[in-house]
Amino acid sequence: MKEFDYLAPESVSEVVSVISEHGDRAKLLAGGTDIIVQLREGLREADVVVDIKKIDEVTSFKYSEEHGLSLGAAVACYHLYEHPKLSQLYGALADSTHIIGGWQIQSRASVGGNLCNASPAADSIPSLIALNATAVIAGPNGGRTVAVQDFCTGPGRNVLENGELLVSIQVPAQCNNSGSAYERFIPRNEMDIAVVGVGSWVRLSEDGTIAEARISLGAVAATPLFAEEASASLTGKHPSEENFAAAGELAKQIATPISDMRGTDEYRAHLVGVLVKRTLTTAAERAQN
Amino acid sequence: MPASKKVHVTTTINGEDTDFLCEPRHSLLEVLRDNLGLTGSKEGCNNGNCGACTVMLNGRPVDSCLVLGAEVEGAEIETVEGIACSSNLHPVQECFLEGAALQCGICTPGFLVASKALLDKDPHASEETIRFDLSGNLCRCTGYDKIVRAVQAAGQKMATKV
Ligand SMILES: Cc1cc2nc3c(=O)[nH]c(=O)nc-3n(C[C@H](O)[C@H](O)[C@H](O)COP(=O)(O)OP(=O)(O)OC[C@H]3O[C@@H](n4cnc5c(N)ncnc54)[C@H](O)[C@@H]3O)c2cc1C
Ligand code: FES
Ligand code: FES
Repeated sequence: MKEFDYLAPESVSEVVSVISEHGDRAKLLAGGTDIIVQLREGLREADVVVDIKKIDEVTSFKYSEEHGLSLGAAVACYHLYEHPKLSQLYGALADSTHIIGGWQIQSRASVGGNLCNASPAADSIPSLIALNATAVIAGPNGGRTVAVQDFCTGPGRNVLENGELLVSIQVPAQCNNSGSAYERFIPRNEMDIAVVGVGSWVRLSEDGTIAEARISLGAVAATPLFAEEASASLTGKHPSEENFAAAGELAKQIATPISDMRGTDEYRAHLVGVLVKRTLTTAAERAQN
Repeated sequence: MPASKKVHVTTTINGEDTDFLCEPRHSLLEVLRDNLGLTGSKEGCNNGNCGACTVMLNGRPVDSCLVLGAEVEGAEIETVEGIACSSNLHPVQECFLEGAALQCGICTPGFLVASKALLDKDPHASEETIRFDLSGNLCRCTGYDKIVRAVQAAGQKMATKV
């Protein structure tokens, strides 16, 4: 690895001033499972690596029924699937964080890092989009928020401007009759990159019909996508296999997958249909329980 | 390019207070092996895929090739060297030996650290859990079955000891 300096500031404002000064030559370090590999392999270069794990608001999380989940950007994956309450409330995030790499990776990798790295196949992003999460950003001109569905701008690229960092991710509070799920297709059982990943969230009405649904697709375009039409098509419908399959057909229409060694575009489109149906089924079951 | 200064880091390794100097770009794995002479942890892939470099960092298994030495200030680290209790092997080590759960042995230190961690959590872990939790550890020799059986046997020993 090329030489760099290491800094571990204790406040967000210190980070902002360091990264404003160094621009592209500063790289933030959360769990390091992407950035250390990228620096070692020469895919990225840095004069200074800024460890953000000494900052309380970046490494902690809290949940309230009023404000939902505020998830510090550097909180490691395992916190989400090991937490009895959070894993139940945010099923899709628990599903995602449990399959990002293996146990060793999950001890370090954060959801914030997964989002900022902006891989089209990142496993936590479709779940965040399905859960309607918001990115909370700090920068030299103060703070701003951006919906996670608008956060990624291309493979490895995001909306953060010079001097900005992701501080936390805000995920809306969940009620008794909402549920969510994430599934990806990979050729192995674990430790692989998604050929397609789908996150779904539903909220049911008193009468058991769907009040609202949100579906998001990963690995079928340059960025994870919110499947708006497919989601809206479910409003007022019964959570039936037929309706879920129809939503899957609509979701396929926005997918523009590539063909590569992991699968052809045709195969990926087929998988979108299958996974939309499956994740909606699981999300609805979780909402009923 | 900055002329990187060495960082001074104070940690606990296998229960002993330890301090070292390292360059910011050096991984914990490099520090353990090259600065501290703890060569039990192995480098397989150097990119987080194989788990041969697994150590415990504040009670969680991590790939030490994906941790910077500079990051472990104040942390508690356990390596494969700390698993045996003086000259007594840990049940996990005994069962790997007895069950011939290794051939070339490069993957073994990582498997021992991760297996002990999972059995400390649940000595009765099912085969499915064992296979899932050890999916971050790769072995090119054994075909895994003997490893899984050794972990199950070690779990039984650990459960009867307490
Ligand atoms: C063996 C292995 C297996 C993997 N398997 C999977 C998988 O199955 N699914 C999957 O989705 N991913 C996988 N990954 C990728 C990786 O683990 C994830 O992307 C991880 O979630 C990144 O989080 P991190 O905390 O490690 O980020 P880091 O590596 O610390 O950072 C990631 C990027 O985001 C930037 N960054 C970090 N924090 C911030 C912030 N607060 N504000 C702005 N920028 C920031 C960094 O500078 C860097 O560019 C795998 C990686 C490895 C090594
Ligand atoms: S050497 Fe660290 S995971 Fe392979
Ligand atoms: S024994 Fe050779 S890699 Fe596992």
